[in-house]
Amino acid sequence: MLLYVGQRIVLFLATLMFASLIVFSVMQILPGDAAQTMLGPTATPEAVAALSHKLGLDLPAPIRYARWIGGALHGDLGMSYAYGSPIAPLIASSLAVSAPLALMAMALAAVIGLAAGVYAADRRGRAGDAIVMGFSQIGIAVPNFWLAILLVLVFAVTLRLVPAGGFPGWQDPTRALGALILPAIALGVVQAAIVTRVTRSAVIEALNEDFMRTARAKGVSRRASLWRHALPNALTPILTIMGLQFANLIAGAIVVENVFVLPGLGRLMLQSISNRDTLVVENGVMLLALIVIALNFVVDIACAAIDPRLRASAA
Amino acid sequence: MLLEVAELAIELAAPGGVQRVVDRTSFSLAEGESLGVVGESGSGKTMTALALMALTPEGAHVSGSIRFEGRELIGLAEEEMLKLRGDRIAMIFQEPMTALNPLRRIGAQVAEPLMLHRDLSKREAEAHAVQLLARVRLAEPERAARSYPFALSGGERQRAMIAMAIGCTPRLVIADEPTTALDVTVQARILALIDGLRLESKMAILLVSHDLAVIAEHCDRVIVMYAGVIMESGPVETVLREPRNPYTLALLEARPRPGAPRGARLRTIPGAPLVAHEHHVGCLFAGRCALTIDRCWTTPPPEVIFGAGHISRCHRAGEVGFAP
Amino acid sequence: MTLAARFRPRGGLSLWLGAVLVAVLIAAATVSLIWTPYPPTAIDIPHKLAPPSAAHWFGTDNLGRDVASQILAGSRISILVGVIAVGIGLVLGIVLGLIAAFSKGLLEDGLMKLSDFVFAFPALLLAIMLTSTFGPGVVNAIIAIGVYNVPIIAKLTRATANGVLSREYALAARAAGRGPIAIAVDHVLPNIAPALIVQATIQFAIAILAEAALSYLGLGAQPPQTSWGKMLADAQNVLYNAPRLALYPGVAIALSVLGLNLLGDGLRDALDPKLKARS
Repeated sequence: MLLYVGQRIVLFLATLMFASLIVFSVMQILPGDAAQTMLGPTATPEAVAALSHKLGLDLPAPIRYARWIGGALHGDLGMSYAYGSPIAPLIASSLAVSAPLALMAMALAAVIGLAAGVYAADRRGRAGDAIVMGFSQIGIAVPNFWLAILLVLVFAVTLRLVPAGGFPGWQDPTRALGALILPAIALGVVQAAIVTRVTRSAVIEALNEDFMRTARAKGVSRRASLWRHALPNALTPILTIMGLQFANLIAGAIVVENVFVLPGLGRLMLQSISNRDTLVVENGVMLLALIVIALNFVVDIACAAIDPRLRASAA
Repeated sequence: MLLEVAELAIELAAPGGVQRVVDRTSFSLAEGESLGVVGESGSGKTMTALALMALTPEGAHVSGSIRFEGRELIGLAEEEMLKLRGDRIAMIFQEPMTALNPLRRIGAQVAEPLMLHRDLSKREAEAHAVQLLARVRLAEPERAARSYPFALSGGERQRAMIAMAIGCTPRLVIADEPTTALDVTVQARILALIDGLRLESKMAILLVSHDLAVIAEHCDRVIVMYAGVIMESGPVETVLREPRNPYTLALLEARPRPGAPRGARLRTIPGAPLVAHEHHVGCLFAGRCALTIDRCWTTPPPEVIFGAGHISRCHRAGEVGFAP
Repeated sequence: MTLAARFRPRGGLSLWLGAVLVAVLIAAATVSLIWTPYPPTAIDIPHKLAPPSAAHWFGTDNLGRDVASQILAGSRISILVGVIAVGIGLVLGIVLGLIAAFSKGLLEDGLMKLSDFVFAFPALLLAIMLTSTFGPGVVNAIIAIGVYNVPIIAKLTRATANGVLSREYALAARAAGRGPIAIAVDHVLPNIAPALIVQATIQFAIAILAEAALSYLGLGAQPPQTSWGKMLADAQNVLYNAPRLALYPGVAIALSVLGLNLLGDGLRDALDPKLKARS
């Protein structure tokens, strides 16, 4: 196991480096002179040059890259010119909203998706299966921001159970969670639909394996064999897909945060993009890449923990 | 009598109607006895074995009577059947690689029936499992118990399967082609192991195989199945030395024989085996049988008794010669 | 036959339902080219926020525009974006995929790694970045979504093409000296067509969702063009007054996407049962 984890860590770091290079390169290619944009069209060339120099924008690319990485390792991500404040705290506080939101959505998706998927696999070919699959088709087709609006309509406007938007901060955890529930549902439903489908097909495949018959022959009941023997064998593909889906979850969060006016990472990215706050965008995208890569790393490790054959393949 | 099967019939739904994969099958098995079920693929032998454990695929309709320890199994509630499976009746499967859960350690899998039926704790059951693994002659049983299936060889996995089956000292063990997927050298040892265990614990064995040699060496009695019907049954030496059914004879003749002259062609049975029949008026082997007469097509063959429990279903049973 | 069994054979319910929904979508777009109940952009303040009636089937929005007409007009953008974006993806994707499959070695690996990277990047994020940088508007939205489609199609093309190329008739053609382009056209394309058709249908659905999201954020279709996403953004502003306005565009999007997904699933079952990898 250790060998496997070790290999994965190396791969993780390598991918991270590669990603940072790509993000950096893409940001350089995009048109627009940051200093020019910041000062506006009326600025004099001298002022632009001065600002460029001050921000270190006129240094060669490799040096800027090195400074960026070096600074990042120290927690210094540079300054946002739109806000005039350090980027790191900006991103950190936006993460304080987005991270719990994403986790809640993923947890919701996992719970609903696994349960529904197992149920559908168990009832394959019968009415229960068709109903679950029908719902999952609808879940995939519904735009998450529309669902968000509908949820606001029902729970906030009509029933007045939760606030329609905004985030009160974590000082009052109950209220904070209350503000995140609707967005989490809006995000989670689509993911739940996808997890349902993947779970269903993975469990059906597992159910067709020989060891299921062996389990029954030992006196294990159908229900127990489903959860104790079939599901663990189905988990590897399910977890892998869930990991891949996380990137889409993040993308969805960008829009959903907009609907609920949540000061999360998505909103920060949107505003920074339209403000041409390139440095914030660069760091934000890098952070997203980091999260996705890290998550897939975790999924890899989890799959190896479940399946001994994966651990053995490292040798 | 430990097991009495009477007029067992199994029907499967198939596109185009219903297929009888097992029909009019009756046999019995006494305590500690070993019965071989031989036949080609599609003869219904595996389906019969599964029916004994009520593990036939969904949609299969099982009729007739299966009495085990005096109790009727057909129609028995699932909760009751759960108590029997793994405890009083156990099964060993053909492909040990796929029949074992790849994600769980061998010890845990061997321990599972013990935890289910003997109410042992996990630790107790797993300790017991190590003893069982030793009993099936696995070298380093503790290491084997801690291993996962992929780390063991085919023969070792099959031994583990056997350990899993005998844990609760079942009265009946059904072995469905237990050695077909193994190397020839390993086959003999596994079969010898099963024999030894049978004698130790007086377990009855139902050995399903397509290999006549295996049946000949390890069974007391044999039933020969074709297309879901028993063609011949009786004590193993009698049936195999003096077959009274053309199908049995054809099976015997189809085997390569060591003493035959070089270049002699292998005898095969013409035509293709019948898997299941929708409705069949006469004998199922008619047409492929060398002794076919008109009556074989129109009337089901009678059961002809040849003494000492030797029965053959054939219109011309008396005329079947010895294997040359 | 069980209810669910009807989902399975030869496309069945999926295919029919999907085809119907997609047909309705296309019909709406086509009809809207020549006629809508009212001009979709016609502002009529005195009649704003009117409930559904005989005059306005879905009512009017906050500027008095007829909602039904807007829904019809919005279908145009959805189809336009879908067709062109998927088209870009298909053309470039097939070419790249074929190049990868035929060239093997480093070029193939390199292209695929690059594809993986773009592919892992959420479509929406990519689209947002591109439209924000180069400016909002339908064209840029199309390009952005199209770019996202390329690696998906490329990967599929390469994988299927590799399968085809390893089969005997392709080897025979190569041995006979036929050039790669001839082989591609004659042998590879017909064999990868089913998989591509299915994938294209699904990408179409994703394109519609992405376009709606972009328009909702203000990065897609700009006024006076009508887009369902934009309608949702407008509806959100008057959510307390006229909640029903949020329903129509959302339902339109959902039904279109649902129809395309069902059609894709149905086609997959109908065209080639082997494609049904895990269902």
